[in-house]
Amino acid sequence: MLKQCEGSHAVAATVALCRPEVICAYPISPQTHIVEGLSEMVRDGTLQGCEFINVESEFAAMSVAIGASATGARSYTATASQGLLFMAEAVWNASGLGLPIVMTLANRAIGAPINIWNDHTDAMSMRDAGWLQLFAENNQEAADLHIQAFRLAEEISLPIMVCMDGFILTHAYEQVDIPTQEQVDAYLPPYEPRQVLDPREPVSIGAMVGPEAFTEVRYLAHARQMQALDLIPQLATEFRQQFGRDSGGLIRTYCTDDAVTIVVALGSVLGTIKDTVDDLREAGHKIGVLGITSFRPFPTNAIRHATRNAHRVVVVEKCFAVGVGGIVSRDVRTAMRDRPQRLYGVVAGLGGRAITKSSLHGLLLKAMDDELEQLTFLDLDWNAVNRELERERQTRRSGPIAENLLRDLGVVAAGAV
Amino acid sequence: MTASIVKFYQTGTHTVGNRLLDPSQRSVQADMRRTNSLNSGHRACQGCGEALGARYAIDAAMMATDNQLIAANATGCLEVFSTPYPETSWQIPWIHSLFGNTAAVATGIAAALRVKGRQDVRVVAQGGDGGTTDIGFGCLSGMFERNDDVLYICYDNEAYMNTGVQRSSATPGAARTATTPAVGTEPGNVFGQGKNLPLIAMAHEIPYVATAIVSELRDLEAKVKRAMEIRGARYIHVFVPCPLGWGTNSWDTIRIARLAKETGIFPVIEAEHGELTGVSKIRRQLPVEDYLKPQKRFAHLFAPVLNTAAIDRIQALADRNIRRFGLIDATTGMGD
Repeated sequence: MLKQCEGSHAVAATVALCRPEVICAYPISPQTHIVEGLSEMVRDGTLQGCEFINVESEFAAMSVAIGASATGARSYTATASQGLLFMAEAVWNASGLGLPIVMTLANRAIGAPINIWNDHTDAMSMRDAGWLQLFAENNQEAADLHIQAFRLAEEISLPIMVCMDGFILTHAYEQVDIPTQEQVDAYLPPYEPRQVLDPREPVSIGAMVGPEAFTEVRYLAHARQMQALDLIPQLATEFRQQFGRDSGGLIRTYCTDDAVTIVVALGSVLGTIKDTVDDLREAGHKIGVLGITSFRPFPTNAIRHATRNAHRVVVVEKCFAVGVGGIVSRDVRTAMRDRPQRLYGVVAGLGGRAITKSSLHGLLLKAMDDELEQLTFLDLDWNAVNRELERERQTRRSGPIAENLLRDLGVVAAGAV
Repeated sequence: MTASIVKFYQTGTHTVGNRLLDPSQRSVQADMRRTNSLNSGHRACQGCGEALGARYAIDAAMMATDNQLIAANATGCLEVFSTPYPETSWQIPWIHSLFGNTAAVATGIAAALRVKGRQDVRVVAQGGDGGTTDIGFGCLSGMFERNDDVLYICYDNEAYMNTGVQRSSATPGAARTATTPAVGTEPGNVFGQGKNLPLIAMAHEIPYVATAIVSELRDLEAKVKRAMEIRGARYIHVFVPCPLGWGTNSWDTIRIARLAKETGIFPVIEAEHGELTGVSKIRRQLPVEDYLKPQKRFAHLFAPVLNTAAIDRIQALADRNIRRFGLIDATTGMGD
């Protein structure tokens, strides 16, 4: 049923339809509205057969999910940013144990400087943690991906992060088609665990493993992610049959068939990029868009195939690895190996900075003329950066960088000179 | 033929032999139906107090729950010595997740059992003092505060033994560890404020808190049994000497534990909803030197020079325990 609602509430309503049995929650913006919505549904009886547990930290949230999942309960939590870092040890543990927990990650920057706005640094910090990571382009997809995520996670016994852009999606009101319980039940069977803590059949989970078998255990996790590369498109196809719309899959292409230039990105920024590409197409440029829905497992072959005829690829990413450069672009480069194509990495939208059509327009014109640097920081204020560098040259005790920049930009009042 | 004297008690222990008891009073370990939950073949050191405590505690919990038990285990000696792949000594459903999250994992297990209508299955979480009083403290306090249906058992050997005997917040003042070496002007661990987890558990006013020692295993079994009769958050803190970390003889584990109690160093108590309901009296009070001397971790208190100040300070702590918990009967000056 079409409903005008906040992204978080669409996700909460959809997660509830997936019949989670244990939900653990710890507040952190911008995911709070999701668990608030679920808490209400458990309390008022809309969501039955579910334990909602308010825990004392994100570390506990993931740990409760681990215990519940290992006992055979469908388990769910949501977090963002610092919360994901605080639970990091348990994040790796959940995947290492092969527990199919589903977690919404309302993507948010990581401090310092503390910042509550959207970028993808949090997800990227856990990209190698053994979880699958699916990125939603809009609220409809954010909701739909959760249904697919429970199915996929339980099929391959691995946990999944459904990533949706904080505020841009979580707090945006748009029309979302919330499916019926019958539709979801037909798509998502009850959880049948591969391993379960049960006195009738005692097992030890989480035993110590030495060099004699550790590599094999790790390889099997990789093999299951590779298996997911086949499963994800299948589940998206089945999803279309059941729900009548396209959601999920490994990648999504837009105007790439004849494209000489392909822009690669993840998440909600794909909408702005597509609008920009429409304008550029109207001006006669052969340019297209490739959205990565499944970042882990990384769809190397699908991207390689989709970009085979392009002359250049521009990766626009809301994250970067300090000291190296792009994160997504390095994985994309692997997909384009042995081909004489140019690849430009663009870091954009950090800490919630708006990625505007006009900035993208200028950027892509430069890219199509091959005038971009290998690594570009979109809309970086070079003047502010250079003034801070100059201050640091002038005086040893130059002070806190963040505060200096805010004062420089006039965001906070100037102090004593 | 000379008549032999019937001994009702094992020498020096005041523990009556099982065979002299009515079968209903016999220990779980003496029962044919004991489950050997932590089975033989594990790799604990000789004389390990933790292995002994865990075996008695978990078998007692199994007996009390008609074998419907799931255990969550913190990283540490108990986890490492019992499960090197591909062997496991556990005969019960058992999970190890991390060092600091055991109480939360147990909460998750309990929640799953509740939602699945399996409330006949009970949950035990267990860890060492490091996993309980330090790194797992946040999760443990959260579990207490929510009153989750979990029995948490801490096996306290007063340091991080698995990583090579480093100080924890349960390490007593003056004790030598790898990170509080017996050198300098104040050798060994500093005398801090201590972190008395049984009292902290009582401050949460959870339904049941108890302490126990491995020299009184019947008492430990009884406390586990009592804990399993109650729903909600429960905590048992078991004092378990560590021959390796303490520098004691492996055959002295029981004796050291007994001395900890008889000196007042470790009060054996029981509490419900934050109120003390029982103490195990000291039978014959002994000076703390008797407890300290057999342990190499305290050797620097006695040689090359006697550190009277430190010993007096430890004695004062023991005396305070005796006063605070009424460990000695006021009228006779003796325990029971």
